[in-house]
Amino acid sequence: MLEQYIGATVMFIMAIGIACGMVFMTSVLGPKRHFAEKMEPFECGEKQIVSPHQRFSVKFYLVAVLFVLFDIEAVFFFPWAILFKKLGMFGFVEMLFFIIILGVGLCYVWIKGGLDWE
Amino acid sequence: MIDGIFQFIDENTYLLLGIIKAVVIASALLGVVPLLVWLERRLMGRFQVRLGPNRVGPYGLGQPISDSIKLLFKESIIQNSADKFLFHLAPVVVVFTAIVSFAVIPMTGPFELFGEKMGLWASNINSGILFVFAISGMGIYGMVLAGLSSNNKYSLMGGLRSSAQMISYELTLGLAALCVIVHTGSLNLVDMVERQNSWPNALNLLNPPLMIAFVLFFIAGIAETNRAPFDLPEAEQELVAGFHTEYTGMKFAMFFMGEYINMVTMSALITLMFLGGWNTYILPDWAIIGFVAFAFKVSFLLCVFIWLRSTFPRIRYDRLMTFGWKFLLPIAIVNLFLEAAIRVI
Repeated sequence: MLEQYIGATVMFIMAIGIACGMVFMTSVLGPKRHFAEKMEPFECGEKQIVSPHQRFSVKFYLVAVLFVLFDIEAVFFFPWAILFKKLGMFGFVEMLFFIIILGVGLCYVWIKGGLDWE
Repeated sequence: MIDGIFQFIDENTYLLLGIIKAVVIASALLGVVPLLVWLERRLMGRFQVRLGPNRVGPYGLGQPISDSIKLLFKESIIQNSADKFLFHLAPVVVVFTAIVSFAVIPMTGPFELFGEKMGLWASNINSGILFVFAISGMGIYGMVLAGLSSNNKYSLMGGLRSSAQMISYELTLGLAALCVIVHTGSLNLVDMVERQNSWPNALNLLNPPLMIAFVLFFIAGIAETNRAPFDLPEAEQELVAGFHTEYTGMKFAMFFMGEYINMVTMSALITLMFLGGWNTYILPDWAIIGFVAFAFKVSFLLCVFIWLRSTFPRIRYDRLMTFGWKFLLPIAIVNLFLEAAIRVI
């Protein structure tokens, strides 16, 4: 059972090695000619006046919360989808209610304006 | 001494095969990236009625290699107010997740080699497609970290945009894949292809609810890989270069490496799930023909990705989110219901 993960584990280790190696190589090989202007944040040729860490739109937070909700609901579909043929009509009707609840949730968010980007 | 080595090989064949296959596949994947960059630049050149790179080597094939060597020897600038550790971690996460998510992609059916039953995949795990979603979903962290650690408002906006875009389209991607899982009854990618190997069930694409799932999966796949017309995180006119504005040299190139590997993975997934994988239906059932057929289908899809990039203008951010949540997601839910209803009757 566990031996099927050998390839994935080797890829895992190789991927870490390759990625870290590339970052290390470019830090070592590149020239280092630092001066004050170069080390400032990029701002289209101007000096950075305002801090980048300001408030950003609450919409992004809302999208993240909605994603967590819908993705957890979608996760429940996966075991159901595998056992779909064995469960037959029972599984279908049970999941129909679940899909309806999901749809009602989506409609609620939609009507409340949670999906609007103005 | 030599007998000892042979005995060790005999006892640990499975382990050694797994390691060799993983190394070969990972190296091949890294070799595909420069080729794909070359292909994209050549095709984009042709689409825009110019030549594209044609000076370095035959047909300009040396161009991506010389570019990557140049990028490796460029200065890696880390601006003073950036978070050093996270700044280095972000490209590592992007490349790492891109390579690992390819581990479960099978490229031919099982075949016999030296009396050993094997297939051209690094791992054939039961939860194949879940593994791909889980690992490639982690790639979002790379972009968010890049945006946050750069301490630059363009980077921050790009990181936020890309995370919101990717999580929105991940729902559609998952629900479209669920249709195929209901159809197959398995998460294993080899099972999904073998489900399509005979004529009545051949090509999931030709099955009506799965046809819609294919379109949804393809659109969501383009958005997941941050390709045009959904390349909002890198909208040059608004955000300079998005989350990788502050990156230079090889670290900058690593984000593109991740993007190109993700493109290959996404094309391979679409091929396996909807286009019958390595099945040709007319040619004999050999592993080598299967691999060529698989490679051909994946290359075709990659060309479609490039074609779409040169055809469509970038869409506006609010329209992108509205399109994802108000159009694709309801269709995906209804389509899953339709697929289940057709299966149960």
